[in-house]
Amino acid sequence: MKQKMVLRFPAAVVEQPFTYHLIKDYNLMINILKANINPRMEGRMVVEISGAEDDFHRGIEFLQSSGVKAFPLEQEIAWVEERCTHCGACVIICPAGALVLERPSMEVKFLNEKCIICEHCLKACPARAMEARF
Amino acid sequence: MVKKTYAEINARIRAGEAVVVTAEEVIPMVRERGIEETAAAVDVVTTGTFGPMCSSGAFFCLGHSKPRMKMNRVFLNGVEAYAGIAAVDAYLGASQIPETDPANKSYPGEFNYGGGHVLEDLVSGREVLLEAFAYGTDCYPRHKLEKMISLEDMPYAVLYNPRNAYQNYNVAVNLSERTLYTYMGILKPNLGNANYSTADQLSPLFNDPYYRTIGMGTKIFLGGGVGYVCWHGTQHAPGAPRGENGVPTAPSGTLTVIGELKQMSPRWLRGISYLGYGASLMVGLGIPIPILDEEMLKFTAVSDADIFAPIVDYSEGYPQATGEVLGKVSYAELKSGEITLNGRAVPTAPLSSYPGARKIARQLKEWIQEGQFTLTEPVFTIPT
Repeated sequence: MKQKMVLRFPAAVVEQPFTYHLIKDYNLMINILKANINPRMEGRMVVEISGAEDDFHRGIEFLQSSGVKAFPLEQEIAWVEERCTHCGACVIICPAGALVLERPSMEVKFLNEKCIICEHCLKACPARAMEARF
Repeated sequence: MVKKTYAEINARIRAGEAVVVTAEEVIPMVRERGIEETAAAVDVVTTGTFGPMCSSGAFFCLGHSKPRMKMNRVFLNGVEAYAGIAAVDAYLGASQIPETDPANKSYPGEFNYGGGHVLEDLVSGREVLLEAFAYGTDCYPRHKLEKMISLEDMPYAVLYNPRNAYQNYNVAVNLSERTLYTYMGILKPNLGNANYSTADQLSPLFNDPYYRTIGMGTKIFLGGGVGYVCWHGTQHAPGAPRGENGVPTAPSGTLTVIGELKQMSPRWLRGISYLGYGASLMVGLGIPIPILDEEMLKFTAVSDADIFAPIVDYSEGYPQATGEVLGKVSYAELKSGEITLNGRAVPTAPLSSYPGARKIARQLKEWIQEGQFTLTEPVFTIPT
């Protein structure tokens, strides 16, 4: 299986080598999409984890038992459809192709499986229809 | 020869017999049936646009307090309204930002709240904080007022937009090496993107390019309610270059419009924020075009492939007002998602909502079909 996850590292554990353990002990492939890790501060990483389902669940369990919060990526950035005016200003800002214009309707669509949580859309959307939910 | 008068069309609307189509629907009709037959069949073509229109705002009468007050500074949710008119009257502009907003001091500024957002709050039925200050006179002794106020509390609230419904506009690009934050959105460096902003073939003034049916008194869809064209808009430039079909190939005609704010809806009046530029208002506006003859029908049958916009560099050409145009491009190309400029493929993005424009044109069509919206003949048309 393959799943994009958001990992939040509390300041107390941020300096531990979690990625190493996920690879070595749980046989998971880790693709780091985005990371913000600093010594003694809460850290945040967006990763794509792939591997056997069993390994995946054991790996996540290991993270959670170590104090790391792990949750699927789509919970992070939300498209508030009723605020969206379908103007289209976001589509050239999104680097991941997650915000697209459908043709010929010219309606905006948010493909959250493609979102990499760069958050560029939050301020690029004139109607503020994109929200970060943590 | 097809000839129809406003009175004949209105009689058909009242009888529920009028044939009404949108500016999008008329295009394939003409392709199949030709100009003459379609002109005979169709009475009204509806248009629409839903885009950022900074030159918008509202006049309010805020009501008299006890004791009376001659308000000379007025704030609604911290956004200043111009109060240099009679005692409790004020005009709130869509682009006004609160005095406390850091603007571009922390560049690019976010401009999360401004006059446009106050208008959206008011039409949503929300109360806003009214703060008013005065120097005090014998007849108006009060110096200060602070209270919550809703649209319903106001004796008078009228949307009055000095420049809406621009007939054509620039396609904005960036030839420089740094990101630009403009009223045309975020422009990435080195031709990273091309932004445009019209409702294309649905846009009101593309469908009546010489304003034969648009002028003072034209009844329109405005902000979800009924409004009127009351003048040509600021920067109205009918002398812009035009194609063979009469459609300008540069920014040209504009409208001043007016309408009762209390009947409008937050769906079609939306406060918006342009990163590094400012606050504004998205306005929904639609104009019904009477098919008086074949010429009017031919105008309304214009399609994206026949409308061209100028490409302008917003790193130099626009801010320095050099007038340089890098090229012209059709709205069909712009809508495809990519144009070619200087031998490069440049991704495009609209800033005006085409789905919104389509909904407005359809709503207006329904209103007319139901017999509740008749057409008005303008007192005089705007200058050509």
